[in-house]
Amino acid sequence: MESATVALGSHAHEEHHGPPEANQSSRIDRQTLGILLFIVSEVMLFGAFFASYFFLRIVVHPPTWPPAPYKLPVAVAGVNTAILVSSSFTIHYALESIRRGNRKGLKLGLVLTWLLGATFLFIQINEYVHLGFSARDLAFGSIFYSLTGLHGAHVFVGLCLLSFATIRAFRGHFGSEEKDHMGVEIPGIYWHFVDVMWLIVYTAVYIL
Amino acid sequence: MHNPLRSEADAFRWVVIIGVGAVSVIALTLLTQPVVGVVWAAALVGFGVGIAYRGSRGSLPRSVAVTQGGDGKHRLLVVANETVGGAALLDEIRERCRDRDCRILVVTPALVSSRASHWASDTDEATELARQRMELSLIAIEGLGLKAKGEVGDSDPNVAIEDALRVFPADEIVISTHPPQRSRWLEHGVVGRAREQIDLPISHVVVDLAADRAIP
Repeated sequence: MESATVALGSHAHEEHHGPPEANQSSRIDRQTLGILLFIVSEVMLFGAFFASYFFLRIVVHPPTWPPAPYKLPVAVAGVNTAILVSSSFTIHYALESIRRGNRKGLKLGLVLTWLLGATFLFIQINEYVHLGFSARDLAFGSIFYSLTGLHGAHVFVGLCLLSFATIRAFRGHFGSEEKDHMGVEIPGIYWHFVDVMWLIVYTAVYIL
Repeated sequence: MHNPLRSEADAFRWVVIIGVGAVSVIALTLLTQPVVGVVWAAALVGFGVGIAYRGSRGSLPRSVAVTQGGDGKHRLLVVANETVGGAALLDEIRERCRDRDCRILVVTPALVSSRASHWASDTDEATELARQRMELSLIAIEGLGLKAKGEVGDSDPNVAIEDALRVFPADEIVISTHPPQRSRWLEHGVVGRAREQIDLPISHVVVDLAADRAIP
């Protein structure tokens, strides 16, 4: 947003050198805008994988899904879904805490979120080990591992971001002002995106 | 355009909404057949897209966050575009700031000619014209013996007000428009929407520039 004061008057722009100031509309800060644009690109990436998945299910249309004799562990994945979704609540708790100046709550929320995310990833890897089929078993195996693996990679990236945020929190970084906790806010938005994508992946792949 | 995702708190709200929707799809699928779940999921996605679209256009009821000043100064947010130099608006500003230590922020929305221009970010000319009007308005307010700052705002006046309130702890707002028969802002319900969304006193000033020019 462009601004001027009456003291500068109409000559303000004549004295300005260099490129014009960025016109920042809607006052969304650059970091948040950056993560939102990144998420938009990620949605497109997931969209490509979902397009492949639904192509296989609807256009190829096998008699059963998953194709016999494969079965998906719906209940275990359901528990894993609950674990991941609960981590959205803990990261939100962490941010609400630091907004109120509660550093203890921030640390607790971040550690819990990290642990829940790591548990999710551990259970997913354990699920891969015990599934009984691999990415080479039919197009079904390929798309299953591609979709869930793509999401798992995002969880891993999210855990890395949370690790940085947690270390910084324990080192005394972050404050209650909005500009002072962007290092938690941005990973928080990313983490919520990862959770939402898993809800969609779980519902589409395991349930429908 | 209202961005429905500005912070982690907004993202968390979406997680909860999508989570509830996903649970309903899962429950319906497990209780009936997958095709019922697919239909319900499609309906929810359509509903969600509609809500997001309405939210982005500012059609949904919402409240705007207001920052607090608390330093004893009276802060007046003036939102006007073509009517910034109107006599009625200047009278209103003078009246509001009488016997007060007044701080004024004038916001002139950069009105683009079309929605296509907005989406294509073809707003340079609109921004420049708004900046010129803003500077003229600052000079006019200086003529009253008052100090003011100015900003070029979003093309949507309600978004421009919301943006300004994030950094300017206004005590009251003055919105200036053309008379009803010529005002696009009134046609789009800018004043009414601002009164619904913002918990601050809001004055609406009608500036008739043609009548102002007719006065010698």
